Amino acid sequence: MNKTNKYSMKNVDLWYNDFHALKNINMDIPPNEITAFIGPSGCGKSTLIKSLNRMNDLVEGCKISGSILLDGESIHGNIDVNALRKRVGMVFQKPNPFPMSVYDNIAYGPRTHGIKSKFKLNEIVEKSLLDAAIWDELKDRLKKSALSLSGGQQQRLCIARALSVQPDVLLMDEPTSALDPISTAKIEELVIKLKTDYTIVIVTHNMQQAVRISDNTGFFLLGELIEYGNTQQIFSMPSDKRTEDYITGRFG
Amino acid sequence: MGKRSLVLVIADKEIAAKILFALSASAAILAVGLICVFLFMQGLPAIWNIGIINFLTGTSWRPTWDPPLYGILPMIVGSLYVTAGAILFGVPIGIFAAVFMAKFCPSPVHKILKPAINLLAGIPSVVYGYFGMVVLVPFVRENFGGNGNSILTASILLGMMILPTIITISESAIRAISPEIYEGAIALGASHENASFRVVLPAAKSGVMAAVILGIGRAIGETMAVRMVAGNQAVLRMPHEFLSGARTLTTNVVLELGDAYGGHRAALIATGVVLFVFILLINALFSMLKKKGGA
Repeated sequence: MNKTNKYSMKNVDLWYNDFHALKNINMDIPPNEITAFIGPSGCGKSTLIKSLNRMNDLVEGCKISGSILLDGESIHGNIDVNALRKRVGMVFQKPNPFPMSVYDNIAYGPRTHGIKSKFKLNEIVEKSLLDAAIWDELKDRLKKSALSLSGGQQQRLCIARALSVQPDVLLMDEPTSALDPISTAKIEELVIKLKTDYTIVIVTHNMQQAVRISDNTGFFLLGELIEYGNTQQIFSMPSDKRTEDYITGRFG
Repeated sequence: MGKRSLVLVIADKEIAAKILFALSASAAILAVGLICVFLFMQGLPAIWNIGIINFLTGTSWRPTWDPPLYGILPMIVGSLYVTAGAILFGVPIGIFAAVFMAKFCPSPVHKILKPAINLLAGIPSVVYGYFGMVVLVPFVRENFGGNGNSILTASILLGMMILPTIITISESAIRAISPEIYEGAIALGASHENASFRVVLPAAKSGVMAAVILGIGRAIGETMAVRMVAGNQAVLRMPHEFLSGARTLTTNVVLELGDAYGGHRAALIATGVVLFVFILLINALFSMLKKKGGA
C-alpha cells in the first residue's frame, strides 16, 4: 500500500438499492494537493466524495464494497465514524450554516468534541475564521445570526466551521455552484491557500474551476472513473475520447 | 351560453368563488367579534361595580353573603398553578416525544405512534376527567397524601391533555428543518443524538415555542377534566399546598353559572372576561413568536 497517499481506493462499487452508482473505482488521492472530480450530472462524482467521509451511510439502501483507505487504514472496518468525520471535513453544495450565531456555528464542532473552555473556544473561532479568510468581515458580527450573511459569506463560514475541528482532509461538493462569480473567486483563492495544510477533494461542474485550482483531475461518466491524472495533462492531452468530448463541451 | 364569451363566464365564476371564500372567512371573524362584544358588554360593568382591584385581588369568593364578596384571586392563582404544573409535566415529555418521532423512531413504530397521538387529541375532556377520577386521584392520594383531588392531580392530567398539541406541532417544526442542517452537524463528527438535540431542535425553537404556547392556551382553558379532579375549593393556595384542591377561572364559571343570577351571574361572566384576556395575551405572544421565527 502506498503510504504517501492520503486516500487509496480499491475496487469500490456502490449501489443505491438496485442502481449501480459507482463501478470499480480505483484511485489514489495524494496529500496536500487539490483533487477535482468532474463529469456530467449523475456520473457518481458526488456519490464518491460522500463515500470518503461515509455521509452515504445516511442514505437508505446504500451498499458499498471494495476498500477505501485513509492514511492506510480502512474507513469501513471497526472504526468510529464520528472520529472519521472529524478528520474529514465537508463543505456542501448549498451553504448550510446552522440557524444560530456566527460564533456558535464555529464553536459547535469543538464543543461537540469536548472543548468547554471559553478561552479555547474563542481561540478556535478566531483561528478558523482567519483560516477561512473571513475574520475581518465577521469579527464584529460574531453574535449576529449566520443567516444574515450573504451566500458567499455563509459558504466561507461553512468552510471555517469545517476547519474548526482540525481535519486533515476537506471535501467540497460543488462549493461554489450556488454563488456569484466574485464569491466564487474568493473561495477558489481560499482553497488554493488551504492546500498547504489540508488535502482537498472538490467536486465541480465547472471545468475552468478544475483547471484553475486543482492539481489532479478525475473524470467520471456513468459511475466509472474514465480518466485520472495530472490536471494539466487531462485538459491538454486527454487519453480517452470521452474525456476529450466532455472537456471540449461536446456533451454534459 | 349564447353570445357570452368563455372568458366572461370564467370571470363570473371567479368572482362568485371569491365572494364565497370572503363570506366564510368573515363568519369566523364575526364569531370572534360577537364573543368579544357580548362578553365585555356583560362582564365589564360587573368588574366596574365590584371594583377592578377588589375583583382581581380579593381573596374571598362569597357570592351568597350580604354584601357578597367577589374576589377571584384564588381562581387566578389556581389557573396559574394548574397551568404551570401542566407545563412542568407536559412540555419536557412532549418535546422529547417530538424529537423521538421526528429523528429516532423507526417508521413502523411511527405508523402506530402517530395515530395514537392523534387519538389522544380527539378524546373528549370528560373522558380524561373520568380517567383522572378513577386512576390519578387514588394514585395521588395513596402516594402523596391528601384526598387526591388536588392541584397536583389536575397538573398531571392537564400535562397529559396538552401532549398531543405539543408533540404534533413540535414534530412538524422539527421535520421542517432542512436535512442539510442536520448533515452539516453530522459532517463535523457529531453523533445523531447531538445533531438532533443541539442543532436541529434549537433550529426549530420558534415552532416548538409556538407548540408550548398553544399547549398553555389549552391548559388554561380546560374546564371539565379540571373540575373532576381539582377539588374546586375557592381558597387562595400557596405553592407548597399543591396537594390541596383549588378552583380555576374556568371551573368557577361552570360550577356556579347554572343557578346564579343578578350580581353573582355578572361576576361569573366577569370571570370569563379575565379568562378571555389571558387567552388573548397568550395568542398575542404566539403571533409575536411566529413573526420572530419567520424573520
